[in-house]
Amino acid sequence: MPSHDVLIIGAGLAGQRAALAAAETGVTVAIMSKVHPVRSHSVAAAGGINAAVSVDDDWRSHAYDTVKGSDFLGDQDAIEVMCSEAPKEVMHLEHIGVTFHRNETGHLDLRAFGGASVKRTAYVADITGQAILHVLYEQLMKHHETVDRYEEWFTTSLILDAEGTCTGCVARHIRTGRMEVFTAKNVILASGGAGQVWKPTTNALICTADGIAQAYRVGVPLMDMEMIQYHPTTLVENGFLITEGARGEGAHLLNKDGERFMEKYAPNKMELASRDVVSRAEQTEINEGRGVGLNGEGIYLDITVVPKKRTLEALREIVNIGKDFAGVDITREPILIRPGQHYIMGGVKTDIDGATPVKGLYAAGEVACVSVHGGNRLGANSLLDTLIFGRRSGEHAAERSKHMAMPVNDDAILKRDEAMISEIINRPKTGRRISEIKDELGTIMNQKLAVYRDEAGMLEAQEVVKRLKEESRSAYIDDRGTVFNQDVLGAIELGYMLDAAECCVLAALERKESRGAQFRTDYPERNDEEWQKHINTTITADDEPAITYSPVTITQWQPEERKY
Amino acid sequence: MEPKKPPQDFTLRVRRYDPESGEAPYWDEHTIQLEPHRSVLEGLLQAKGRFDGSIGVRCSCKAAICGSCGVRVNGQPGLACHTHLGDALKTAKNGVIDVEPMGNMPVIKDLIVDMDAVHWKKIQRVTPWLLADDENMPEREHIVPKEAMVDVTQTMACIQCGACVSDCLSMEVDPLFIGPAALAKSYRFVGDPRDTQQAERLKDIAEDPHGMYSCTHCFKCIEACPKGVAPMSQIMRLRRRATGDHHIKDRNNGFNHEKAFVKNINKNGLLHENDLLADSFGGKLNPASGLFLAKSLPVITRALLRGKATLKVALLHPHKAPADVKRIFDTIENRDKRNEFNLYISGTDEDNAPNQPEEAPQNGAHAGQEATA
Repeated sequence: MPSHDVLIIGAGLAGQRAALAAAETGVTVAIMSKVHPVRSHSVAAAGGINAAVSVDDDWRSHAYDTVKGSDFLGDQDAIEVMCSEAPKEVMHLEHIGVTFHRNETGHLDLRAFGGASVKRTAYVADITGQAILHVLYEQLMKHHETVDRYEEWFTTSLILDAEGTCTGCVARHIRTGRMEVFTAKNVILASGGAGQVWKPTTNALICTADGIAQAYRVGVPLMDMEMIQYHPTTLVENGFLITEGARGEGAHLLNKDGERFMEKYAPNKMELASRDVVSRAEQTEINEGRGVGLNGEGIYLDITVVPKKRTLEALREIVNIGKDFAGVDITREPILIRPGQHYIMGGVKTDIDGATPVKGLYAAGEVACVSVHGGNRLGANSLLDTLIFGRRSGEHAAERSKHMAMPVNDDAILKRDEAMISEIINRPKTGRRISEIKDELGTIMNQKLAVYRDEAGMLEAQEVVKRLKEESRSAYIDDRGTVFNQDVLGAIELGYMLDAAECCVLAALERKESRGAQFRTDYPERNDEEWQKHINTTITADDEPAITYSPVTITQWQPEERKY
Repeated sequence: MEPKKPPQDFTLRVRRYDPESGEAPYWDEHTIQLEPHRSVLEGLLQAKGRFDGSIGVRCSCKAAICGSCGVRVNGQPGLACHTHLGDALKTAKNGVIDVEPMGNMPVIKDLIVDMDAVHWKKIQRVTPWLLADDENMPEREHIVPKEAMVDVTQTMACIQCGACVSDCLSMEVDPLFIGPAALAKSYRFVGDPRDTQQAERLKDIAEDPHGMYSCTHCFKCIEACPKGVAPMSQIMRLRRRATGDHHIKDRNNGFNHEKAFVKNINKNGLLHENDLLADSFGGKLNPASGLFLAKSLPVITRALLRGKATLKVALLHPHKAPADVKRIFDTIENRDKRNEFNLYISGTDEDNAPNQPEEAPQNGAHAGQEATA
């Protein structure tokens, strides 16, 4: 039975950063992921990472922009930590090898991004996430003697002891089908978000709410689950992401009359207002008949106004995406986009050290909710969030490990999970297919938990999710093998996604106001008096979520009207 | 934008292998329905979702970013998500699209290959992390030229999908060859001004008998790469840095051979193969040259017998290059630095003017290709 001081589940930016930080303190560390680390979805983060590194900038300005971006739902103590530590973290990345692009004087170049009052986004062309992820993996290869890697291991459950402390997990080696108990003094969840609950989404197929549901199932509260970010520029064609960097470099949004409509919604920041504001503006244009494309369901993103040389140097990836996935040369013609599901601000509730209310369990990155993003995340703050709170969790978990003995686990959970898997594999082919249920879930969530929401629609979604949850219990699979049985993993992931969807719908129904990414047509105003608080969902004995509240931490910025 | 074509039937013939069955690999056909601009991966996922969930294929982002879904489509290596069904149909035999696992790596199941056993092992061979000057780390960022960081972005754009490894001909012949992906990774550090061990890195891969001189310039990796990394171009740049900048002599005598080549043209205008061999070993009077000439006697004899070389030409050919050749040499040799083409540095200053519809489209991959062709 493998045992480690610190076990990290998930190997994107948050996980790898946590592993490297923990290993530096000399404790034993392992990192586990259901995919090879460089396949993690952090690879898709394009535009950059925010940090007040410029001499004209101040971290407090970054913090205020983040608080305002969050629509005053973000916890300001956590935001202060993130923004004040950001410059040091970016310098650390530069020192270990990230190839940040430079300006003419050889210093870090910075680009404009949504919701930011100055240029403060460091970048590597439009492959920033990829560059950082690959450089962190270079470091994992360098430190292979101090960080054990379990690549292509799928976590099925977290293990809690009798006192309710997390002592490890059960995982399946995808290549052999072997199940194993991993014992750890501390576990850090860094397994990413829940994008696959929606269809379409910019998120990869692996983003199936694994860690969110695993933590929820052992009693950890999920916070801000109603806050779902719709990114303003996703391809109408297939939901692929077009980086905010495009607007950062100067691209325009146009409606069918060729009008830069953002003038009406955010006269100061225009296309670079925060994402919730831009997505709502686009959806309003579309709903009011000023959309473009086949059914007027899109908006034009015009990148041709950016000098071509600059586009080729700094936006190469979206040149490729336009050409390969939409048949459009973005240096010559506008491309059809619309708001699409992109990010979940909510997740496993943690403090500023990544610690969850369950002892021995940490969370960092998109799986977690600190909450630094509150009602709406600013572009280029997600990479920062993963790295800052990844590192802090790693350090804190390592420190905690030094003062305790290695826990002892039995194989009860292992036996339970083995039985669960064999039950799925042996189901008769009488129920529905997993893929059908997943499609139906994605479609209803995208219709009813979208940019605009109302009670009737969300109640309908709640009914559908409930039925799908029931149907998932008898859904069958084809693969009965043990080697790379992706089919059975798909069935387990569907369960994770349904749990996350259930909490999201419940929290969105509960919040009877409009704030950040949640806009309710039946409660169109922000209501600070009643709803300036976090909504938490916690599992109950009958396997249903229950609501509790927690206060929003305010340090120096009182809520005010939000205008861009 | 062109109007999209409606969904149509495509037949995918998937190479299946179940390691638990004890049976040999076999072909499995599924007919799926999708628009022709959808990807082969979407086709596979539809087959998996609707008909047979046991088809094994690694995949995640569907957008050519994560590098999971390297396969061969109709024999060509690439990403399944980056190959349109309509395009695949054009190269298909009998209207059936073949999807197979990548080559040069052992198959685990169906389309899933063991990347660790080959690809990642080779990546680890090139010390794949930055060796900065840890003693003198600046407080803030390293100050480096803008161009240098843009330059290494081409190799940072590698997503480690293994498509180049799949069809590397040199690796097929010599499985120990470090290979295109790892050598491109090596350039990512050799081209990075912050790295302090560039000469050592170059020496290492120059002296390795399976190192950078084992590439035979077949262009397969450039064709295979879905991200325009152009691994072969990076290998050629490594060689130019090794020889031109660090004067590293390699075990295949490639450095001297290249120098002899240049000298030969500079002097004669045309290539005189009779001099080339001797010059590669330091001239006709060098003992190493004599030894090699002696060893090469059978080749020389055959060349004489077939009239490819004659004693007259070998000894009495004119040693004078035309003025134009001299001019080309002067121009190139008087440049401050070598011109290298790069995916991220394309176009001219005029491109800074917004939108020029009449201009021919820029293709980054080709820009890289021309540099070394």
